[in-house]
Amino acid sequence: TLRLICTTTAVQRKNVGASGPEKYTEAFIKKQIEEFNLGKRHLANMMGEDPETFTQEDIDRAIAYLFPSGLFDQQARPVMKHPTEIFPEQRKIQWGEDGRPFHFLFYTGKQSYYSLMHETYEKLLNVQKHQDQLMDEDLPLQKEKRNLAGSRWLTKIELEEMLLEKVSDDDYSRFIQLLQKLVALPCADIEEKYIQKFSKEVPVQLQKVLIEPLQYDERGVAFSTGEGKRKTASATAVVYDNGTGKITVNGIDILHYFPVLQDREQLLFPFQFLGRIGKHDMVCTVSGGGRSAQAGAIRLASAKALRSFVTEKEVEFMRQAGLLTVDPRVKERKKPGQEGPRRKFTWKKR
Amino acid sequence: QLDRGCALHTAARGGLSSVSSQDVPAQRPRAVFHTSESDPAKHTEQHEGRLYNIPLEEVKAVFPHGLPHRFQQQVQTFNEARVMVRRPALELLACLKGSNLAHPAVRYVIYGERGTGKTMTLCHVVHYCSRQGWLVLHIPDAHLWVKNCKELLHSSYKKDRLDQPLQASVWLKNFKSSNERFLKEIKTQKKYIWGKQESTEEGRPLGEVVEQGLARVRSASDALGVVLRELKQQSHRGSFRLLVAVDGVNALWGRTTLRKEDKSPVSPEELTLVHNLRKMVRNDWSGGAIVTTLSQTGSLFKPSSAYTPQELLGKEGFDALDPFVPIPVPNYSPKEFESCYGYYLERKWLQHEKAHTEDGKAELQFLSGSNPRQLDRLAGPL
Repeated sequence: TLRLICTTTAVQRKNVGASGPEKYTEAFIKKQIEEFNLGKRHLANMMGEDPETFTQEDIDRAIAYLFPSGLFDQQARPVMKHPTEIFPEQRKIQWGEDGRPFHFLFYTGKQSYYSLMHETYEKLLNVQKHQDQLMDEDLPLQKEKRNLAGSRWLTKIELEEMLLEKVSDDDYSRFIQLLQKLVALPCADIEEKYIQKFSKEVPVQLQKVLIEPLQYDERGVAFSTGEGKRKTASATAVVYDNGTGKITVNGIDILHYFPVLQDREQLLFPFQFLGRIGKHDMVCTVSGGGRSAQAGAIRLASAKALRSFVTEKEVEFMRQAGLLTVDPRVKERKKPGQEGPRRKFTWKKR
Repeated sequence: QLDRGCALHTAARGGLSSVSSQDVPAQRPRAVFHTSESDPAKHTEQHEGRLYNIPLEEVKAVFPHGLPHRFQQQVQTFNEARVMVRRPALELLACLKGSNLAHPAVRYVIYGERGTGKTMTLCHVVHYCSRQGWLVLHIPDAHLWVKNCKELLHSSYKKDRLDQPLQASVWLKNFKSSNERFLKEIKTQKKYIWGKQESTEEGRPLGEVVEQGLARVRSASDALGVVLRELKQQSHRGSFRLLVAVDGVNALWGRTTLRKEDKSPVSPEELTLVHNLRKMVRNDWSGGAIVTTLSQTGSLFKPSSAYTPQELLGKEGFDALDPFVPIPVPNYSPKEFESCYGYYLERKWLQHEKAHTEDGKAELQFLSGSNPRQLDRLAGPL
């Protein structure tokens, strides 16, 4: 089994030791919550908004405004959230004053896991009993199967978060097998509610990006626009139909604007991919960046504009070819103590 | 069968016996790109976009120094010289055919963007003229005379002028090889003294002047000047027709990169070669034509996007050349592109398997922008 390197804070907390000094007492959490609410009202006052209707989004915006940060990592930026989100849930102490544990499975070591397994097995037996009853009465109810295609089971990490204790791979797979067995029985609908606790909806494949319909200009020629960015360059492209393959950038022919072959190849790529090299005209405007960045920006813009001319399947092909993805690479920040983003100063032995 | 006519539509009428284009009995139909008409005199609009063949002996005789370097390499690779017949060249030829030689020489300026075939058009015209029996004065690139000159001599003929013996002797050699028979026929009209003991009498054939220039390198530039003056004076008589073909004429009026010994820059008038050439290009003589090309590639101190006569010639040059007939040379038309592409395919120059498909052709057209030079460079590694 692979060792989990990044575990949730909930589980990590257990590693520190059952009685680590980091345990947050209930009183502490309560105090934090009060402070948070007070702070929220103060913030609302500062921003001039109504304290009563100050939502979490408003808080985020206000914090981003008051404490602007250029850090790349979103989690490193200043944050003001409800304490329950910041302080992870923890196990309260599991035993009473006399040292006697509350839960009967405490000494197994994984009490919540085993209790969960017990519950699930109970449900399974329930279902089987129900089924037997129905068979005696000769009314086997074959209700329609649950739609397994649109749902998935909880991942191991989610299960760990739910149980607040570590779950090993074997245990996890056993639990999932049990659930599947339960679901496989014909009369599992009785326990539908219980099962839903452990299944999640798979989000519908990619939020469907809206493809704008074609627009028509005065002469009746269909055209569509697209925008693209790359590094620091941003471009807008207008692709016209019924063309000869002429492309103009900022009023200049591409042969003059991009003397380098590589840039022209970049521009050619979307058209060549769709096989429409000589069929469209294009007029683009681009600014910022360097020559390669501008070429990449125009490529993205033209690919986006071409979506309107093309079937959905081809749009999917384009997406898989990487024509529609924004290139996230930007110049990396120079760090102090180094000459560049990665290059260190010349090392001198003495 | 259409021969691929390279844009070398040199109107060489008489002279070279027209070697008929190789009519290869095709096992498969030879592409529609070639024309068997090898005589530029007979090229008409129907030959437009097609390539015609110039036999290699003619090439050596007519163009000892005129062809662009890349084209020479291509000739060597393919073992044949194919020039495309293009519209600007056809216009030029029509003008030349209809020109009245009694009038002062008409000036034609071929201009266009980089790599569109101006030099090739010029060579086409030179071919035509040499075929027709004209005396061709072909200066391959005037920019060579205003830059990178190692030796500058002070002229003995006139003070303040600078000679360039090397360039002059090179040019005289090429001139001799291309116009042998004329040099024997034309006689000098004045006596020229080269030094203490050398002189050329009146009435001697021009060939002697050229020999003198080649033998005494120091006086090569003066010999060149003498040749030019003689030709100019005698052309109106009608015994021969003179074509002055200058490539990169904007070099004559720009700046130079040369410096005198005291590091002061040299202006073009101070060079003998340039001075004499300027006199040739003035249209105060009759009995021929002047065909020139503007070239940005070799020009000095001019932005790379400049291609119109005004920009490249500057005010001085424009006034000096005014009036002239401008002839713009555009990129390939679709038809010309097809024939060039077909030529490369046929000669198996495009080895890439995708290059044979329609898509490959469209890609080549897009990437080269139908620019002849770009297409040539693209097709190289394929």
